[in-house]
Amino acid sequence: MALSRRAPSTRSGERVAGWLFVAPVVIVLGLFMLLPILMALWVSLTRWNGQGSPFTGDVPFAGAGNYTRLFTDEGLTRQDFMTSIRNNAYYVFFVVPIQTVLALGLAVIVNKRKAFFRSAFYFPSVTSSVAISVVFLFMFANGGAINAILSVFGISGPQWFSDPRGVIHLFLDSIGLVDVNAPPSALADHGVLGLSWWDWTSGPSVAMCAIISLVVWTTSGTFMLMYLAALQNVPVQLEEAGMIDGASRWQRFRYITLPALRPTTFLVVTLGLIGTWQVFDQIYVMSQGNPAKTTLTPAFLSYRTAFRDFDYGTGAAISFVLFLIIVVLTLFQRWLTRERG
Amino acid sequence: MTSRKLLAAVLAGSLVAVSACGSGFDDDKSTTQQSAGPADLQIMIASSGDAETKAVQAAAAEWASGSGNKATIIPAQDIVQQLGQGLAGSNPPDVFYVDAARFADYASVGALDPYAQGLAGSDAFLPNLRQSFTYDGKLYCLPKDTSTLALQINTGLWQKAGLTDADVPTTWDQLRATAEKIKAKGITPLAIGDTRDRIGAFLVQAGGWWVSPDGKQATADTPQNEQALTYVQGLLKDGLAKYPKALDAGWAGEAFGKGKVAMTIEGNWIKGALSADFPDIKYKVVELPAGPKGKGTLSFTQCWGIAAKSKFKQQAVAFVQAMTTADEQLGFAKAFGVMPSRQDAQASYQQQYPDDAPFVAGARYAQGPVNAPKMDSVLADLDAGLQGLQNGDPKAVLQRFDKNAKSALGG
Repeated sequence: MALSRRAPSTRSGERVAGWLFVAPVVIVLGLFMLLPILMALWVSLTRWNGQGSPFTGDVPFAGAGNYTRLFTDEGLTRQDFMTSIRNNAYYVFFVVPIQTVLALGLAVIVNKRKAFFRSAFYFPSVTSSVAISVVFLFMFANGGAINAILSVFGISGPQWFSDPRGVIHLFLDSIGLVDVNAPPSALADHGVLGLSWWDWTSGPSVAMCAIISLVVWTTSGTFMLMYLAALQNVPVQLEEAGMIDGASRWQRFRYITLPALRPTTFLVVTLGLIGTWQVFDQIYVMSQGNPAKTTLTPAFLSYRTAFRDFDYGTGAAISFVLFLIIVVLTLFQRWLTRERG
Repeated sequence: MTSRKLLAAVLAGSLVAVSACGSGFDDDKSTTQQSAGPADLQIMIASSGDAETKAVQAAAAEWASGSGNKATIIPAQDIVQQLGQGLAGSNPPDVFYVDAARFADYASVGALDPYAQGLAGSDAFLPNLRQSFTYDGKLYCLPKDTSTLALQINTGLWQKAGLTDADVPTTWDQLRATAEKIKAKGITPLAIGDTRDRIGAFLVQAGGWWVSPDGKQATADTPQNEQALTYVQGLLKDGLAKYPKALDAGWAGEAFGKGKVAMTIEGNWIKGALSADFPDIKYKVVELPAGPKGKGTLSFTQCWGIAAKSKFKQQAVAFVQAMTTADEQLGFAKAFGVMPSRQDAQASYQQQYPDDAPFVAGARYAQGPVNAPKMDSVLADLDAGLQGLQNGDPKAVLQRFDKNAKSALGG
């Protein structure tokens, strides 16, 4: 009897102690992460104009109005938002695969080499993104290093940061399928969600390509380190077993190393997806959405809508839609890279 | 089970914290309690540089010691964002710079105190600048200074192209003819910024403007505006004018300073920029060529705004009045090269700086920026259209602006 009474009290004592131990983290996370998120969620449901507190009765309540304006109401808000989604989707589509493959390639190369290359490849990742952005601005200037190198090969480089033409359009133009200056009316006159099919299929603009190359260059180093750590954990026995079975070098890489790296690939692609959908500082420093809105991204649009137009509600709504996009895409790629069989 | 409880606990905790935070905002809706006597004024400025910061600090210190108040100057890195934070927290600086292009946004949300309405001596300021800071028929704040656009001519390249003073263009036709002569000598004639803040001047010269004078209606799609944009498009298409980016320059003044173009259209600030970065360049300034409807230029200005939530409005008004006397404005003009916003001060300014006569002359017929709230993204969209003007359709650019502006203005 005494025993059975003491047992639960010990357990509840443990429970209190457990709560006490996690309390600092719960409080810090709640105060600095969960609370601001909930406050922003509330703001996204109002038409708060930035004057005084958003938590009073006289802030007009918009309900889902800020969200529907992004998707259903014809107008500049939806058009800007969809343009930013398009730009960012192309950006993600190019950056994530390229940086993942590059990181894996670099990791395989430096796996058996000296530490010098490891630090050299990692160096861009530890440098401030703002500083690197400014350096790239100079490199991609019309008379900058990139165009100078191109001109050695007889190519006259584009005016990188003032060229709003999409690369898919330019490609189709170069093989003679369409004319960039006179888009086919079948594409230009019809569309969905406020943008014509012609706009949707533009591809990243020349200016965006400069930013893509910058980001690939800076982030591959970090992901290379992750691959490197994983590569050194691949058991040598597997490799040796493959050799005994007579597998070629490529077969060993494809059927032994790559499957062993699957968890790392998931991590790298997930981090890549999240980071690329949130791109802000490079845009803020290098282009501010120009030329012709082709480098506008949801994160930058959210900032501009809130702080320039005093439309904090729509700005917050954009960031929540962005959050949803990231969650859905992460779940999707988790499903895609799941263990089969 | 445990994780669900944990989540519930965290949620409950944060809800309590939300409400606590809500009450933490100082939020009395009635008029802010005013304090008499010595004030501690916070003044936020978007300084153009060290010279301006120092000049304003010195002037503020002098006012503070003379009047027994305290005045702290806060030079802002990004005034729009810093002010936004201050206003959202109900704790804005008492006095701050308000750019004419952003003014209507602040006025429409009630951030500004309309202290200048009916203030004695406010009619000493240039009428078109007062118009820039009028919202719903009320003058909200006193203009700090002004700048206008004019035409800068590189005299060296001018002579190289075989041109004389008689060739200085005074009409659109002459501008085009002169530009063709310059281009024939292999020199790029004109650099012009690819924004509404430069190209808009041609609209004024053609007798049009983006919005109606009261800022309530979009009026872009008119024959006058189309004529103006078609004219600019013609210059661009024939290589008679180029945007700065096509000349590998951050702005038109840089292309001009590097000697890449014979002419450019910029404001007073080009003086300081050229003497700092390109001290060897020889140039002269003339008024912009007149269009079909006469002379026209754009003015840029900032005002001394006073926060509606300031506790020291009376002292703040006294401070602003001290900063906008004719003597003080001439002092600022000397210190960091701005043009006074007062008519009486402009007269003495012109005597002291005869080279600036075209800018001063422009101030009389200049058009201020679009003075309507919620227009920032519409205007950014317009700029995107103007960037593509060379291959675009002027009428489509104007119609698109009208459509977007209509929904923003709710008209």
